[in-house]
Amino acid sequence: MSTIKIRSKRLDDYTLVRTLIAHPMETGKRKNEETGELVPAHFIQTLTFAHNNKVMSECQMGFGVSKNPFFSFRLKSAQAGDTVTISWHDNLGYHERKEHIIQ
Amino acid sequence: MRSTRRDFINKMLILAGYTISLSISKLSAANWLASDFRHQAINTTLAELFPDKTLQTSDKIHLKLPRTAENGSVVPITITSSIENIDTVYILSEKNPVPLIAKFSLNPDLETFIGARFKMKETCDVIVIVKAEEQYYQTRQKVKVTLGGCGG
Repeated sequence: MSTIKIRSKRLDDYTLVRTLIAHPMETGKRKNEETGELVPAHFIQTLTFAHNNKVMSECQMGFGVSKNPFFSFRLKSAQAGDTVTISWHDNLGYHERKEHIIQ
Repeated sequence: MRSTRRDFINKMLILAGYTISLSISKLSAANWLASDFRHQAINTTLAELFPDKTLQTSDKIHLKLPRTAENGSVVPITITSSIENIDTVYILSEKNPVPLIAKFSLNPDLETFIGARFKMKETCDVIVIVKAEEQYYQTRQKVKVTLGGCGG
């Protein structure tokens, strides 16, 4: 099960790309309610958004981004059949990449 | 003779180690800078991110933010701007333990538009700074937070 969901919508002036990533985005400050221990920091550090393998946006983030991060971008011109790719890396070395074809 | 060979091998090892560490540090620098995301006050972060830069206040950056966020752990933001050639966008929350929330690079093929969701610890200003043609522009908007969303 991929953690990344991508949705796109072609509109007259632009193509809207929205992405939702399932990730805890732990700050490292939160305590486990049962044990009282601190939950270690676990958050996405970099996210890359590419259109037809061309990098459109690189995002660096801290744990100030909400749990299950959501981002949206607007591509100026995109055709049906184009691919968009979202990939992320977190501070514990996990990473994931997903491709999506614009309808 | 023996000492020269030993020296040579030592040098080789040092050199190899040096190159490896250099390439690793370069890689991590390109990816994520821990120094950008330090626990510190907003003024320190601003001074470190934009040393000797003038942050011009601009009304050409439009933020769509809630006036009141009932839950500080999910604050939606939409940024649009009519400034041309923006290549980098920074989102900061004034009173968060780590003020810098995210930094986006923008390709010219993207519209100047970013939607995201972030956490806010308490009521404060959200500052958005954009970089266009080596000029920096900023705008800020206050968001009232009913329930803080950092830590727990």
